[in-house]
Parts: sequence; structure tokens; C-alpha cells
Amino acid sequence: MAARAEALPLPRSWPSGGAALAVAFSTAYLSLIVLLPIAALVWATHAHASWQAVSSPQAVAALKLTVLVSLGVAVFQAIAGTAVAWTLVRDSFPGQSVVNALIDLPFALPTIVTSLTLLALYGPRSPVGVDAAFTRWAILLALLFVTLPFVVRTVQPVLVELDREMEDAAASLGASTFAIFRRVVLPNIVPAILSGVALAFARAVGEFGSVVLVSGNVPFRTEVASVYILGRIESGDPAGAAAVSVVLLGIALVVLLGIGAIRRRATRHDG
Amino acid sequence: MIEARNITKRFGDFTALDHVSVDVPTGSLTALLGPSGSGKSTLLRVIAGLDRPDAGTVSLDGDDVTGRPPQKRGVGFVFQHYAAFKHMTVQENVGFGLEVRRRPRAEIVKRVDELLELVQLKGLAKRYPAQLSGGQRQRMGLARALAVDPKVLLLDEPFGALDARVRKELRAWLRRLHDETHTTTVIVTHDQEEAMEVADRVVVMNGGHIEQVAPPRELYDAPANEFVMSFVGPVNRLGDTYIRPHDVELSLEPNGATQEAMVERLVHLGFEVRAELVRDDGEELSVQLTREQTDALELAEGQIVYVRPTRQTVF
Repeated sequence: MAARAEALPLPRSWPSGGAALAVAFSTAYLSLIVLLPIAALVWATHAHASWQAVSSPQAVAALKLTVLVSLGVAVFQAIAGTAVAWTLVRDSFPGQSVVNALIDLPFALPTIVTSLTLLALYGPRSPVGVDAAFTRWAILLALLFVTLPFVVRTVQPVLVELDREMEDAAASLGASTFAIFRRVVLPNIVPAILSGVALAFARAVGEFGSVVLVSGNVPFRTEVASVYILGRIESGDPAGAAAVSVVLLGIALVVLLGIGAIRRRATRHDG
Repeated sequence: MIEARNITKRFGDFTALDHVSVDVPTGSLTALLGPSGSGKSTLLRVIAGLDRPDAGTVSLDGDDVTGRPPQKRGVGFVFQHYAAFKHMTVQENVGFGLEVRRRPRAEIVKRVDELLELVQLKGLAKRYPAQLSGGQRQRMGLARALAVDPKVLLLDEPFGALDARVRKELRAWLRRLHDETHTTTVIVTHDQEEAMEVADRVVVMNGGHIEQVAPPRELYDAPANEFVMSFVGPVNRLGDTYIRPHDVELSLEPNGATQEAMVERLVHLGFEVRAELVRDDGEELSVQLTREQTDALELAEGQIVYVRPTRQTVF
């Protein structure tokens, strides 16, 4: 595609020189790493014409559960992640740098270990007396654990850069602390929150390792899409697995595009 | 009337304000002038309630406001870097103070309109701050501060981030605005020319203290100490003696009171000519002349002249 662009007369808006190279590289890289596998997945589905796998009640239940829980997780992280980021940026307390480092730990832990840990903590032999194993609550907990860093890490740098004098100005103009947050701070960090929310949602939709042990995988109750897909593969139906995956990807894409659209609306003033 | 009494403010080990007391008369335009770190901005923020003093009191029109948050002080504040609400249009910025006071829609629209007219931003009401020049942003900042009819207007280096030409324009404009509205105004600046040009009274600050409070002319003619003398204008220091560059007489012939010097450098600045001299005792002396004087003396670099201070100050 890049080679073709060079052979044709360049439209005026087409990037030149180094920029063109950068575009070419990005396109090739993205194609190779992301688009090609997804295309193969779609092709695998189509080739075996196994769309009925998607419409089976069990598949629909798994997809519905996955999307709903992921949306819930994303919304929860929007609030909790912003609060954590706020504390890390605006407050100073002993051990702050340790807490800051802890935020990324869920990324470092193999997700299956997360599942084991949560099962030990909130399972039948819970030391804290909470038995949530094999319920939807367990799925929620696992997903909250693995998606914690996203909103925190997208909002944090924006809060650091935020012009504190805007808040001073609002205060001198008579705005209450709540009004300052809602009308001055929030509109400026919403784009970052949405970026984090999008990442958290995408991660939650595809999450497998941290959920598989704690959820119990009860069909129609606690079986998430990724686990259902594994089930299809194990029962010798890779085409069905691919079909459900494609639907899952489609839903994720629609939600991500939606979040992106809201985000663009929220940043329209950065002319 | 703003009365600040014995204000002390520390940031860690640094004492920004050390028992500072100052009065700003109602209707005046007062400048807080000083180098960076002198405490002038901190004093302004303490008056606004944006910084809390460690000791001392602030009262506005006889009302002790020391413990009151900025929201309840009725001050308008203008920031060096504008502090524009980036996500709001110009008219939303200006109307913000009225909006949070829940004034009726019609009143807000009318008031914002008047203010945009006043600061000449009428055509740009629907723009976002990112689409404005620095000078326009600062005029918006002023309109926003004026919208709530503040008892006092506080400006923190308001023109510091602007280029020289715009700065000069806005200075003159601010002075005119003050002459029309008579709002009690305090402007913080590190630029002595700006302070002398816009203010009725200048408070010179240094190292968390006040060095002198005086009208601009008096400050220049009768500086209280060495610091003020050298901060409010260029000065030659010869031992204990301070001489302004325009208080030196040059002649081509010696007489009893003169001293020999050599012209090392001549700088032509249009009407003004600056001559850098070295006296025969090795002291350097900067002299300010008009072009006519330079021509009459046929001054040239390397020439020997005879100098006599017409006015000098010893502290």
C-alpha cells in the first residue's frame, strides 16, 4: 500500500518524506500484528459457515454476561481509577511511591495466579469469611483486579499537567469545591478517563486467565465468552469458537468506537 | 481599602513574606514591584485567599477576611498564564462567575455582552481559548474577573507572558479601564517601567519585605535605599555614591570639578544615546545623552571627555 502511494501523484495532504515512512511502517505493522490474524479469524468462521454456533442460547448467554460485566467493570473503574489517580497526584502521604508502584502489579501477575489467589481469598475456605466463588461477583472481582491500572495510568499524567490556576480562578469567581471539580476539572480529564475506560473494557471482554478458576464456568450463569470459546475448541468445534470470537470482537469494536466518538466530542475545544 | 497586617508566609524553609503590612486605598491602582522571589505574588494570593498566611490578617473594606475562602472575598483575580477554562468558549469563560452564582440567563447574556464589548472581544465570543492570541486570552481573563463586580481586582504579572508591543497596549488599556471604573486594583510586576506607567502608588518589595511605598515620581526622585534606587532605574555605583546615567554632564574641556574619562562605547538608540565611559581612576560610568548633545560634543569612541555628576545620592 505504501509502495503504491509513492508511485501515484501525492495528494497535497499526504505526508511527505519521514512522515510517509512513519505512516507506511505503522500501517504495515498494524496489518501484520493485528489485522492479519483478525482477518484469518473471520475467514475461519466464514469457511465453515458455522454461524448457528453464535445463536445457540449458551453462546448468547455467555456473550451477554461478558459484555454486561465488562461494561460494569469499565464504569466502576472510571470512578475508582479517577479517585486513585487523584489521590496519587494531589495528596502526599507516606508510602506514596510504593502505592504508585503497586498500581501496575496486576499487569505483572500471571492472570491464572490472580484466579488462584482470588479463589483462596474469596472461595469456600475464605479466611475473611466471604465466599463468592463461582458467582458473578467473583467474575467482577477478577476483572476489577486486572483492569485497575488502566484508568489510573491514563488519568494520572493529565492531572499532573492540569493547570491548577484554573481551579484558583474558579474559586475566586465563587465556585464551590464541588462546582470546581464538576465544571472545571472533570471536563478536562474526561478524555483521559474515557481512554482508560476503553482499555479496561477491551481487556475485560477478552479476559480469560483470571476468571476461569473463580467463576466456576456454569453455563447460563457464570460462563464468560472466553471460557465458552475454549469449551467450543475442546469439543472439536474451532469454527464455532471463531464465530463467537468474531461476534465478541464486533461488539468490542462498536463499544470502542462509541467511546472514541464521545472522547472526540469532549476534546473538540483543543483547537 | 485593602489592609494587610503583619503577613507572614513560609513555604518549607523559605520565608516568602516576613511580617508584611500594606494598605491599598479604595479606588487606587497600586503596583507590587519586586524581583522574583520578593514575595509580591504571594502577597497578592494571600489577599485573594488563594494562599493562607501563617500569621497576620487581611481585611477588605474593614471586613476581616483572613479566615474566609476565596469564594467569599469578592475579589477578581487575573493570572499571568491566563488560567483560561480551556473547555469553555470565551462567553462561557466570562459568564462562569455569574453562572455559578445562578444568575438569571438573560442577565448573564447581557452582562457577558457588555464585558466582551469592553475588552473588544465581541466577535470572538464563540471561540475557545486555544483559538485566541495571548493578548486576547488575557483580555478574556480580565473580563471574566470583572464579571462578578469584584470589590478589588488583583492582577498577577498579567502581561508577563505577552510580547513587548501587546504588553504596552494592554498596559495603557488597563490604565484607561481603571480611570473609568475606579475599581481598587493591585497589579504585581517585576517590570519597573510597567509599575511606573500604570500605577498611582508603587510598593517595592524585596526578600519578603517592603522597601518603600510611594508614587512613581517620588520613588524615582527620592528612593528610600540602595535597593529601590537601583531597582527603579539604571544607576551607576561609585563607592557609596549612586548616580543616574542622565545626571552626568560631559564637556570637552576640564574645569575644577570634572574628572577625565574615555568613551569606550557609544550605543545609538534613536533619540537616546548611551555612552559607556571609563574614568581615569578605572571606574566605569554609563551616561545617557540625547542625540543633540552627542552631536554637539562630536562624541566618538576612544575620545577623552570630562565628566561631572549633576546629581548624586549617598545612602
